[in-house]
Amino acid sequence: MGCSSKGCGTSIDGLSYLPENIREKVENHPCYSQEAHHFYARMHVAVAPACNIQCNYCNRKYDCANESRPGVVSELLTPEEAVKKVLAVAMEIPQMTVVGIAGPGDPLANPDRTFRTFELIKEKAPDIKLCLSTNGLRLTDFVDRIKDLGIDHVTITINAVTPETASKIYSWIFYNHKRYKGIEAARIILEKQYEGLQACVERGILVKVNTVFAPEINGEELEELSKKVRRMGAFLHNIMPYVEGEGTVYQKLGVRPPTPQELKEVQEKCEPHMSLMRHCRQCRADAVGLLGEDRGQEFTKDKIIHLQVNYSAEYRKSIHEEIEKERAKLKKARELMALPLEEEGKKVLVAVASKGNMLVNEHFGTAHEFLIYEVSSQGIKFIHHRKVTPYCHGSIACLEGGDILEDTISKLSDCEAIIAAKIGFEPRDLLEQKGIKCVEEFAYLPIPEALTKYYEKYVLEKVKTEG
Amino acid sequence: MAMYIRQENCISCYACEQECPTGAISHDEEGIFTIDPYVCVECNGFYEEAQCLAICPIEGCIVKLEVATYGCA
Ligand code: SF4
Ligand code: SF4
Ligand code: SF4
Repeated sequence: MGCSSKGCGTSIDGLSYLPENIREKVENHPCYSQEAHHFYARMHVAVAPACNIQCNYCNRKYDCANESRPGVVSELLTPEEAVKKVLAVAMEIPQMTVVGIAGPGDPLANPDRTFRTFELIKEKAPDIKLCLSTNGLRLTDFVDRIKDLGIDHVTITINAVTPETASKIYSWIFYNHKRYKGIEAARIILEKQYEGLQACVERGILVKVNTVFAPEINGEELEELSKKVRRMGAFLHNIMPYVEGEGTVYQKLGVRPPTPQELKEVQEKCEPHMSLMRHCRQCRADAVGLLGEDRGQEFTKDKIIHLQVNYSAEYRKSIHEEIEKERAKLKKARELMALPLEEEGKKVLVAVASKGNMLVNEHFGTAHEFLIYEVSSQGIKFIHHRKVTPYCHGSIACLEGGDILEDTISKLSDCEAIIAAKIGFEPRDLLEQKGIKCVEEFAYLPIPEALTKYYEKYVLEKVKTEG
Repeated sequence: MAMYIRQENCISCYACEQECPTGAISHDEEGIFTIDPYVCVECNGFYEEAQCLAICPIEGCIVKLEVATYGCA
């Protein structure tokens, strides 16, 4: 790869493999860019209840399993309600820049509701980006409408290359007013999915392919699948483990989910750029907010019905400009960081408490999640998020927090240090007993800078003399 | 002859209502779906298969009402 400067080691996103025009689109998208994900958020609206196929890993009593969301039955919204919700969230959380429709069924099996929602959002909030996830059966029928609406990201779930394998994944499809089963159904749906992928690529719509991985079912084919979708122009292939669902055909047949090793192996084989999706926490369909915070409860149906929203694109723009200034500053700061360093140093895991904007700006006790980074002399690598229950609810004395605190500490036991804006006395004692260093001195610094300084000071034990 | 929705099985997914060529299927505010037996023609003259039955995701949710259920015509 043409990695020109030392900046490469500190690249937080690893997006450099993408062509320039695609990278631009992706870089500001909270679902695809780890870095953007600190600053911007997306939301889903549940307007599409019907589905036109039956996947064997899905129980339609719950939400679409293709998007791999934990089984939450969405609060179904009409297009009008959905738009109201979008506008309300857009003003309350101006960092929200992307609205997706993914279910609870298949958006394109509910074309009237889906497109009406997109049209209304486009009309009332033209600055919001739109995206859509589909099983692909009817993608070619609607691709021009998708293009006309300016939707530039589509996710298609494709699980197989051969009809034989596909026939073990879909029990039936409803197509051209008929129910098809078996190999015939499998042939049609695969043909439609790949045609849909091609049709999107031809129109310049970015395509991400999701694949549900069940080793006994499609394990043998995934590498080929990955190659095929990339060759056809998908910009990202995301492999998700099959998760056992109550009352599904797979559950009855005893199909097993992949082991973590199997998943890792297949991801490594198929996805040389898996880092791109590392930050995906399989958002719930109706989750709203930044970085692990879920403010969905503030925007439930009964609440939005009574809301009066005055949408202001200018207000949002001013906030986004501030965010961009911050991002530019941070980018500079990152480039100035000395990593990778000359000196040899060991690899360490560090947990960071942040509530957004890529800063160390969260207290240990109020954090809903920690960002885990691997730091070495080679640079900083984001590993994943770990969810915890905040043991402190803002009161001065965090009384009943004992068990929760234990739990949090055990979740962080493999980390060498915790970098937070503040860490109370009680957790500090417990953490230090477990050999986890508590670091407050980098409060409100950008995460990469805090990590670099930490590494230099505590791992390499070299104290920098200046700034 | 007509089709019938067993409400206890229905997940209110709207699929059948969207596909029905005669407008026989409707729902109330609670999301209870029903088929008007006087409007449903079992898709005769429209499609080879009853569309609602073909797309309904729940096995045994939509069934065929036997003529006998109506009594006299
Ligand atoms: S596409 Fe598959 S997983 Fe999604 S709702 Fe339909 S049957 Fe379920
Ligand atoms: S059988 Fe056909 S006409 Fe009758 S309710 Fe179902 S879709 Fe409508
Ligand atoms: S398709 Fe079946 S489950 Fe869905 S609304 Fe109609 S009867 Fe109910």
